[in-house]
This record gives sequence, structure tokens and C-alpha cells, in this order.
Amino acid sequence: MPTSPPLLQRGADAASPASSRAARARASLALVLGSPRVRVALLALAALASIALFLFVGITGSWDFAIPFRGRKVAAMVLVAVAIGVSTVLFQTITANRILTPSIMGFDALYLLVQTTLMFVFGVSAFTSVDSRLVWLGEVALMVGFAGLLFRWLFVGAKRSIYLLVLVGIVFGVFFRSLASMMQRMLDPAAFAVLQDSFFATFNAVDPAQLWLSAIAVIAVCVVALRLLPVLDVLNLGEEQAIALGVNHRRTVTILLVLITILVAVSTSLVGPITFFGLIVANLAYLIVGSSRHALVLPATIFLGVICLVGGQFVLEQVFGLGTVLSVVIEFVGGILFIVLLLRKGIR
Amino acid sequence: MISISGVTKRYGRTAVVDDVSLELGGSGITSLIGPNGAGKSTLLSMIARLLPMDEGTITVDGLDVVKTAGSQLATRLAVLRQDNHLAARLTVRELVAFGRYPHSKGRLTVLDREHIENALEFLDLGGLEGRYLDELSGGQRQRAFIAMVLAQDTKYVLLDEPLNNLDLRHAVEIMRLLRRVADEMDKRIVIVLHDINFASVYSDEIIAMQKGRVLAHGGIDDIMQNAVLANIYGMPIDVCEIAGQRIGYYYS
Repeated sequence: MPTSPPLLQRGADAASPASSRAARARASLALVLGSPRVRVALLALAALASIALFLFVGITGSWDFAIPFRGRKVAAMVLVAVAIGVSTVLFQTITANRILTPSIMGFDALYLLVQTTLMFVFGVSAFTSVDSRLVWLGEVALMVGFAGLLFRWLFVGAKRSIYLLVLVGIVFGVFFRSLASMMQRMLDPAAFAVLQDSFFATFNAVDPAQLWLSAIAVIAVCVVALRLLPVLDVLNLGEEQAIALGVNHRRTVTILLVLITILVAVSTSLVGPITFFGLIVANLAYLIVGSSRHALVLPATIFLGVICLVGGQFVLEQVFGLGTVLSVVIEFVGGILFIVLLLRKGIR
Repeated sequence: MISISGVTKRYGRTAVVDDVSLELGGSGITSLIGPNGAGKSTLLSMIARLLPMDEGTITVDGLDVVKTAGSQLATRLAVLRQDNHLAARLTVRELVAFGRYPHSKGRLTVLDREHIENALEFLDLGGLEGRYLDELSGGQRQRAFIAMVLAQDTKYVLLDEPLNNLDLRHAVEIMRLLRRVADEMDKRIVIVLHDINFASVYSDEIIAMQKGRVLAHGGIDDIMQNAVLANIYGMPIDVCEIAGQRIGYYYS
């Protein structure tokens, strides 16, 4: 390209006051925390620190017992942090929306329905006696199958629209939730108590066998996501611009939806539904990183997830003496954040 | 060469693009004009494979836009749509680098970086390359998007109303830039415009559409005629010669 004197005058047109205020706020954040890369590195350090704290602080009895016991809990929490964080960011990239999360597609509701149905049909004793790995695989398969059916049905139609998809997800969510709650009303109180217990996220009762299966699934999904990193950034430009740049949008979105389904299935069946956790960590990650590049946002989301879960659990156990369940705190904070986001930006 | 033959697009029973056949080749600027709802943007979207057509075929350098892999077309044809709202937060340089995606698939080579530098320089974005898009004015943002399209380094560039929401000065700057791009880089730029005078002054040929059909296709002197314009827009337009250009006066 030949060069010639600039045609345009620079700087004559200033940005709007609102965005310059946001820019100033970001500039001061940048001064404190450095470049986006430095910020992600700091998050990684904080995540490692919270893992170390959780593992080693306050051991009173035998280390041989405490370390593996705590290690399992940490492993579960890290897996959940990866699964929820990555699935939320991918979902928000597809929908170009920072308020929606996969749980709006009706996954948590399906999980409730699957569990309730199992309890309803087989009763309390069967619920606790069947091999947990089998139950787990069945649940994951059911959830992936549900998503596959839904998406094939929606994609084979004349027009594919991600908003239609989300709407269908909401309708399905309400449907599953109503069905589950109807069955819960008909359960005997003892069975209902056991069931209700499994609905609240807890890291104290994670099955090691299930942990291995989950780890394999999460690692496999992450490898695929890693290969898709450049495409993910292009998707951020919107569907039309992505197609214009040569992305096979339909195929890419289908692959991503399957990945999201597997991740959500893993996390919900490990610890139960945590509706607003993804919303919190993803939006915090966007805010702290300041850039939309997935190579930075995805790790930041994972590290924030680890900090929230492991650090939060540490504080709950060591400071508050296990007075409450972490998920209650997360849902409380996340619910408030959801309302704030909704009021501030509208559904954009 | 972009060949459009017998292309029709219907929504329900109304044809928004009705049996359009056109040939666009060589270098230069082609302006697409016509009243609202004439099918200009729809036609542009179909050329850019953003919208499926109901009948007809469109080929770009002999490649059928429906059957050819998107990644292959993206090295020949670039498109910029009207609405460039981004959910993502990107710097100008990051945005322009996306123009190289069809060539590099995300791994930038030395050649890619050269193209990015050239595009930034050509649009005079050197001082803004590290700024985030949401910190820029409308004119600067539009320049950044055009730089991305230029970095894509394609023979054909389709622009859908790039002057939307720009003040006079920025509109003129963009059109002068596009003129230079067409002349110096040997590209065919197809641009949807609403102001017939921008079309008259800066383009080589004009395609006038109305109700989904091509009403007229020709050089500036052929289209910028009282009778032709009155027919296109359904209102009297007085074409005058000002500073050697044919300018339509339509404020009567």
C-alpha cells in the first residue's frame, strides 16, 4: 500500500462524556493492576494462594487424612469453577449477551427433574444404593441428549435464531421446574428431605469416582475450546461479521453448544445447581481483564471461580465454623448482581 | 467479477429482491441507490452470503457464494454491515487484526502484521490503535471498521451505508478514502448510499433500485438525469452542474 499525507485530522472529534468517564475509571484500574496479562497473572496467584490456604491451614489431626480429604474437595471445586466459568463465557459469546447464562436454557431445571423422577420412581433406598457413577453417566447423557434434541429441532428449521433458542430454553425450564415441583409435592416427607439435600450445592460429599469422570470430561472439553480460541474471538464480532470473515457460524455454534452442555452437566451433577455463580465470575472477569479476548477472559474466569469457591469455602469453614452453605452466599450475591446488571444495561 | 443472475428474495409473497441480474467487475466504486425498501441492503447481504436467496445464483470470480466454503470466499470478498454494535471490548488494533483471520486463522504472520500496519496507516489510525472502540467517536469507529475490511485484502469490498450517522466532514473523508482505495489498490467497492450527490461525485457507476428491481445501471451522466432520478425516487429532482459535478437539488 502506498503512503500519502494523512487525509484525516486526528483528535478533533472527542468521545462521548459517559464513555470517557468509563475510560478514566478503567485507566485508574490499569494503573493499579497493570496490563490485562498482569491482571490475569495476579488472579492466578490469588487462586493458587486460596488453594494453599484451604489445603494447609488449620489442620489439627493427621495430615495423612486431612490432605487427601481436603484435596478431593479442592479438586471438585476447581472442576466446578472451570466448568461453570468456561460454559458461561462460551454461552455469552454465542448469544452476545452478558446477562444470560446456561442455566436459563433450563439445565438446572432438568437436573431437578431427573433427580426428582429417580426419587419418585425408585424411592429413597434405591436412590442411595445404585452405583453413583452409573447415575452420573445417565444424568450427563440425558442432559447432552436433551440439548442435542433441542438444538437439532431448532437448527433444522427454516431459520436459526439464538433468541428463539433462549426463549425455548426458558419455556422448557419453567416446564421442567413445574413438573419437578409437582412430583415433589407427592413425595413422602423423608424422601423429600433427602432430595432437597442434594439440590443444594455442597462440596463436602463428592464421590471420588465421579470426580475422575468429571475431570476427564472437563479436560476434553477444554482441549477442544483451546483449539477454538481464535474462532471464539471472531464470534465476538457478531454473527454476520463472523460469517463475512469466513467462519462456519452454524457448525461452530453447534459445537460450542455441545461443549457447554457437557460442562453444565458436569457441574450440576457434581454439586447441584448454582444458578448465579457463572454470572458473577464471568462479569467480574470482563471487568477486571478489560479486554474481550478469550485467551485472557477464559483463564481469568476460571481463576476467579477458584478464588470464589475455594477461598469462600475456606472462609466459611475456618472463620464462620461452617455456619452456612457456600451456595447460599453465592446465590444471594449473584442474585443482587443480576438485578443490578438488568437495571443498568437492560437485556443487551 | 461478481455475477448476479436472476436473483430473487421473498418474504412471504412479497419479493424484496425481484429477478436481479448484474455484472460487477474491474476496479472502481459502484453505488447502490434507491428509496427505502428497494432491496439494496438485501441484495448486498445475499452477495455476501449473509442471507440465503430463493432463486438465482451469485458467483464471485466464478465461485458460487452458496456452495463455496465461507473461508475461501472471505479471501476474495469483504463486507461491512450497517450496524456495528459490538458486545465485545476490543482495541482498534485488535479489531483490524480480525481482518487477517481469513488468511491466518488467528496466528498472525509477518505478512499479516504488515497488512495491519498498512491499513492502520491508510486510515490514519496510528495514534488510536491502542484505544478501545467504546472510547472512540462514531467517525473514528467507522474508520476502524473500514481498516479491518481493508486488512482483509480482498478484491471486492461491500459496504452497507457506511456514511450512516456521520457528519458531513467525516462522510466526505470516508468517501475520499474509498476513492483512493479503489484507485490505488485496484479494488471493486460496492456501496449502499442514500445521498445521490455522494454517489454522483465519488463513484464510477450507479445502480438504481426500486421495489426489488434494478431500474437503471450506468455511468454518472446516465443516471444523474432529471427524468431518471424522478422515476427512481418518485419526486422531482433537479440536476445541476456545480464545480464540474452533477448535483441533484431535491429540496423543492
